[in-house]
Amino acid sequence: MEVERPESDVRPDLPWVTVVWNDPVNLMSYVTYVFQTVFGYSREKAEKLMLDVHQKGRAVVSSGTREEMERDAQIMHSYGLWATVQHDS
Amino acid sequence: MSSGFKRGREGGVIAVFEDAEVSILRSLAAQILDLIEPAQTGDDPLERALGIGPSGPAEPPGDPVLARLFPSAYEDDGEAAEFRRYTEATLRDGKRADAQAMLDSAAPGRVDLTREQAHSWLRALNDVRLALGTRLEVTEDVHEEFAGLTEDDPRYPAYVTYDWLTYLQDTLVRAL
Repeated sequence: MEVERPESDVRPDLPWVTVVWNDPVNLMSYVTYVFQTVFGYSREKAEKLMLDVHQKGRAVVSSGTREEMERDAQIMHSYGLWATVQHDS
Repeated sequence: MSSGFKRGREGGVIAVFEDAEVSILRSLAAQILDLIEPAQTGDDPLERALGIGPSGPAEPPGDPVLARLFPSAYEDDGEAAEFRRYTEATLRDGKRADAQAMLDSAAPGRVDLTREQAHSWLRALNDVRLALGTRLEVTEDVHEEFAGLTEDDPRYPAYVTYDWLTYLQDTLVRAL
């Protein structure tokens, strides 16, 4: 009898993440403002994430269930930020 | 030239625009409305209510500007298509509403925007900068690229516009 859990993406114990990618158009001030407004992050945290995006090319901006991350990615897209959803493995 | 946005009353913002600046803003907003067609949802009434697109492959847009405005949310094509099907209609409507808000409220002279209108302008200005920036293929070194252009370069007017929009958006962020 098969007892192992299938390798599926429904693993509520492992969070999904929203990743924001660097692009040459979005302003540093704007990206910081979006992170503060959308996620309610402090200015300090928002600026650190913005700098990670700018300098490292990408940053994980939120984590949670897949549904939550898809909602976050959709909001990022509404603000013109380039965001993807991935399993944090 | 407009000195950009300043903080207004009750969380709103204020700016003063010249006729030519309003023409540019309205023209760019109209181009976004032309580019982003109204959302097409499925025939099912529930799908229409939820803004879910017709089933079948939802491929990334071929146009580079549309591809940048509606990026793939997953590396995997199948998952990206499914995300697109569930989100793109809402995104399209939102971007169109923002562009329309900018088109409606841009006027010569003093412009008073509520906080809600200011947020629409913020997203709309970003969308027009993304569109223009993608067409110009700007890089992180956009200031150096611009500085290296002569005034008779065919790209010069577009760069001037892009530079002005950047300034305008930055003043708007700081006024909020």
